[in-house]
Amino acid sequence: MINPTEYLPRTYRARVSTYWWLARWPYLKFILREASSIFVAWGVVVTLLAIRALRRGPAAYADFEAWLRTPVLLTIDVISFFFILFHAVTWFNLAPKAMAVRMGGKRLPNGVIAATNYAAWLVISAALTWVLLRG
Amino acid sequence: MANRITLEVTRFNPERDEEPGCDTYEVPLHKEWVVLDALNYIKDHLNGCLTFRWSCRMGVCGSCGMTVNGVPKLTCATFLSDYAPGPVHVAPMKNFPILRDLVVDMSDFLAKLAKSKPWIIRKMEKPLDEEYFQTPEQLEAYKQFSMCINCMLCYAACPVYGLDPLFSGPAALAIAQRYNMDSRDEGASVRLDILSQHDGIWGCTFVGECTQVCPKNVDPAGAIQQYKLAATMEWLKALLLPRGSE
Amino acid sequence: MNKRSNEPFLWLLFSAGGVVAALLLPIHLLLFGLAFPLGWLSGPSYDTLLALVRHPITRIYLLVLCSLPLFHWAHRFRFTLYDGLQIKHLNELINTFCYGGAVLGTSVAAYLLLRIR
Repeated sequence: MINPTEYLPRTYRARVSTYWWLARWPYLKFILREASSIFVAWGVVVTLLAIRALRRGPAAYADFEAWLRTPVLLTIDVISFFFILFHAVTWFNLAPKAMAVRMGGKRLPNGVIAATNYAAWLVISAALTWVLLRG
Repeated sequence: MANRITLEVTRFNPERDEEPGCDTYEVPLHKEWVVLDALNYIKDHLNGCLTFRWSCRMGVCGSCGMTVNGVPKLTCATFLSDYAPGPVHVAPMKNFPILRDLVVDMSDFLAKLAKSKPWIIRKMEKPLDEEYFQTPEQLEAYKQFSMCINCMLCYAACPVYGLDPLFSGPAALAIAQRYNMDSRDEGASVRLDILSQHDGIWGCTFVGECTQVCPKNVDPAGAIQQYKLAATMEWLKALLLPRGSE
Repeated sequence: MNKRSNEPFLWLLFSAGGVVAALLLPIHLLLFGLAFPLGWLSGPSYDTLLALVRHPITRIYLLVLCSLPLFHWAHRFRFTLYDGLQIKHLNELINTFCYGGAVLGTSVAAYLLLRIR
């Protein structure tokens, strides 16, 4: 910090607005990405509620399933799904930046690592669906 | 293409003003002109008091960083015609105190740089007539992070630095990682003591804007994430082998 | 000479949670939140599901699924509160709320999964 002098009596320090993240699209995208963590937490909550209903017997579980079908819950779950998807996509695209995988110099481009992530994602999702659908 | 364009330029005279204002100037619009040319035209013909930093006018010295239409840019590398028909808002870089007009106070940035100890640290210096050998692969490991021209655009873009002036910032952390990855350096542990803190790497939330605005493709965000991973490895090693490495 | 921060531990939890959330939560929410309730796909019956959940491997899987993403949320939400609302002076409160919440959720998950008959 420069000491004030006769010819430089002050500097000007702009206040950072609480809405700094609305000023530019990259900042908004960042905040949306961070906000996706709330919907991730919601996904866990829904899963815990499902397990709890499962424990309480068929009637309780049927009630739970009916609750999931209400418009409010469906809306929340649709929005959550998109945010969780947003989390997954941004995660797979950004995670390679932390890993400088060296095969004789950083020759492994970020795209390769990201592609591996997406492939694993597809395989795991398909496997889970198969496990749940085969009855 | 029109042959004039309007610039709205931040003005601040610390002897006279309480806060910055804005002056409007009309300058010629030449196809090959950059924003710096427009600023020099204003200073030469319209208002000689306009104050701004510049030097090489070719994107290597890092002096001319400013905010152009809300985005941190080197004015010598930003074409005026890209903003036609205008107006073009030219303001000083964000997140730094304004000294006058478009000039900001760099002292915090310089202090943060120094904090990273951006030099080769050795336990034992080699005698002067002995060289360090370094293979092209070893050079490749840190070369990208060494391209920084200290233009401070990344600090202007970083919301974390804007909100917390104690944060070391992208360039300082990237240059630390540049030395950590240098095969000649033995100072990674010293730097970790200083930078594996909340005001060091752990303040970064990977917004990524620093990398977007960097004119030299240094990718400071990538450097910081790699640094986080390295710091975590060291933390695990210290946990699992308390007297082990070092 | 500063002592290094213990932030790496929290960052590891955050990263692990991020991976689990990214790989597993989308398909879970798609199936259980949308596809099965809306009848796009016929979901498993109550008995099938219960049998599945009773399996020790499923219990561990569900414990991981319900725990790590919460720590991911805790870490990210803590920083969002710091930066978004600029209320860093409340950081003890924020940390307790965030990480405490994750610990609470993990405990609930452990309790529910351990006591399935």
